Amino acid sequence: MPAPVIEIRDLTRVYKMGETEVRALNGVSLTVARGEFVAVMGPSGSGKSTFMNIIGCLDRPTSGTYILDGVDVSRLSRDERAEIRNDKIGFVFQNFNLLSRTSALENVELPLLYSKKAPATTKERDARAKACLSIVGLEGRSDHTPSQLSGGQQQRVAIARSLVNDPTILLADEPTGNLDSKTSDDVMSVFQRLNEEGRTVILITHEHDIAEYAKRVVVFKDGQVLTDTPVVKRRLVAAEVSR
Amino acid sequence: MRKATNILTVAFRSMFRNKLRSLLTALGIIIGVACVVATIGIGEGARLQAESQFQSLGTNFIMVFPGATTSSGARMGHGTNSKLSESDVEAIRSEIQSVAYVSATIRTAAQVIYGNQNWSTGIQGGEVDWPLIRSWNLSSGQFFTDADNRAAAKVCVLGQTVVQNLFGSEDPVGKTIRIKNIPFRVVGVLDKKGGSAMGSDQDDVIVAPYQTVRKKIMGTTAVGVIIASAASNEMVPQAQEEITQLLRQRHRINRAAGQEDDFTMRTQTEMLQQAEQQAQTMSYLLWSIAGVSLLVGGIGIMNIMLVSVTERTREIGVRMAIGAKGRDIRAQFLVEAVALAITGGTLGIGLGVFIQKTVARFAGWPVSLNSDGVLLAFVFSALVGVAFGFYPALKASRLDPIEALRYE
Repeated sequence: MPAPVIEIRDLTRVYKMGETEVRALNGVSLTVARGEFVAVMGPSGSGKSTFMNIIGCLDRPTSGTYILDGVDVSRLSRDERAEIRNDKIGFVFQNFNLLSRTSALENVELPLLYSKKAPATTKERDARAKACLSIVGLEGRSDHTPSQLSGGQQQRVAIARSLVNDPTILLADEPTGNLDSKTSDDVMSVFQRLNEEGRTVILITHEHDIAEYAKRVVVFKDGQVLTDTPVVKRRLVAAEVSR
Repeated sequence: MRKATNILTVAFRSMFRNKLRSLLTALGIIIGVACVVATIGIGEGARLQAESQFQSLGTNFIMVFPGATTSSGARMGHGTNSKLSESDVEAIRSEIQSVAYVSATIRTAAQVIYGNQNWSTGIQGGEVDWPLIRSWNLSSGQFFTDADNRAAAKVCVLGQTVVQNLFGSEDPVGKTIRIKNIPFRVVGVLDKKGGSAMGSDQDDVIVAPYQTVRKKIMGTTAVGVIIASAASNEMVPQAQEEITQLLRQRHRINRAAGQEDDFTMRTQTEMLQQAEQQAQTMSYLLWSIAGVSLLVGGIGIMNIMLVSVTERTREIGVRMAIGAKGRDIRAQFLVEAVALAITGGTLGIGLGVFIQKTVARFAGWPVSLNSDGVLLAFVFSALVGVAFGFYPALKASRLDPIEALRYE
């Protein structure tokens, strides 16, 4: 078995809302090996967003440990987490979150702006960003701004952006939420291809048919892992979640 | 270094994305800086002009005129109740070592005729030291002599304006003109001097021996104004003091008994200081206008940066998610504010120089492009950018990435 990329032990996250405490995560343990494709599902309020924020190092757990790529990131400061996000995590959002009136190439180069390991010359950075754009099949659209691209193309630019620092995990939060089913399939095929090439992908979704693209489905409920099952075939996943 | 250029690129890119808004925001700074540059330049030009005019009075120039100094300034009614005499002039000449040159002067106006030309001009009576005190050379001929003065000889020296009006291109030296119908022989022509500090034409003058003007033209006994030149610039205060003591003694004025001086003294330095003081007051006013414009401009920048931070909350969230630290975001917005301010400052400098050149051309002042003023305006606009951009930048850097990403 390959070394785990994500190792989570007894993770809790408690929000204080005035007097009352809300336990968004209540003792979650999970291990993700390198090269896995995990779909995280669950109804709203199940804690999957909180889980995603912690996995993405945007938030810190109240207790428990989170080891990402051999580093305990559960107690890091704001700035240290920013470095981890830049270096090890590739974010893909539901609403793409590209900078408007900024070319696809510049959008893809954005993470390099904050990276210590980024190439020194503009030429090299352009080359790296162009390579990422060609991975998602948009090599001809470098100079297009988001408004000149379709939703599916915008999401593919966002995927290229997430790849530019060669991250340890890809973290996709409802990546197809704003896309029609045909484009969703296109975007998901990109994720599948990247996964085939060895990239670890964590996918947050509430759509069963999207989750079926993954190799493993983790379902959250009330801040805990309800089920954690490999996807054997499509029917099985659908039946599992709808139970 | 690479990071710095990146931040600059991002800042200027975002500024150019909202061209009109950036321009309007920078307008306060543009006006403020243009105000600073133009007024400093114009003020400096006017000051230089005044300075050169006072310089043209002569070197280490001291002027003594009759009448007491009152709190509102000098009583200018000299000539009517004169308390200066020729023996005062002689005493200064013989007793005071710190004075190099001294001359009694007297002034009147008269009609002057040459051939069929006539011209109304000022007649200045002076002694032989007169051109030395006024540092005024002759362009042709010679100045009259001490003998001419003592004999009240009917000779005179003409200013350029008089020459132009009476003689045109003819050489006046050796010719005879009539002043109040008395024939005078022209012995010399003065160099061109230009306008005075008060704006009158100094070349519109005829200089004749003091005694001639006093006896033959005016028929009076009084000395108008005594002009003198201290031996050196450092000697001016000493000369001033010695003349004062001498005249008090001669006029039997007892200061201890509360008697007022019956004469008033002005030096070139004092006149220059007075003019500078006026310029100073003016510049305080201009600086406060500039200060207010810069303040208003700064508030404008702060306002638009706060709007920009709110508008771009999502962008800030994205940048943070992909690895921007608080200080990266802070630097970005701070640099944007400074870039706005400096762009405004640069445009303002251009506008200010343009205004300054236009005004200088119409007023006929020397253009003084003060590099200190330009640098100061530039630094000020950058400081305004930092001061008023800091709070919005801090606010941006403290956003929570999760909240910011969720912001609609």
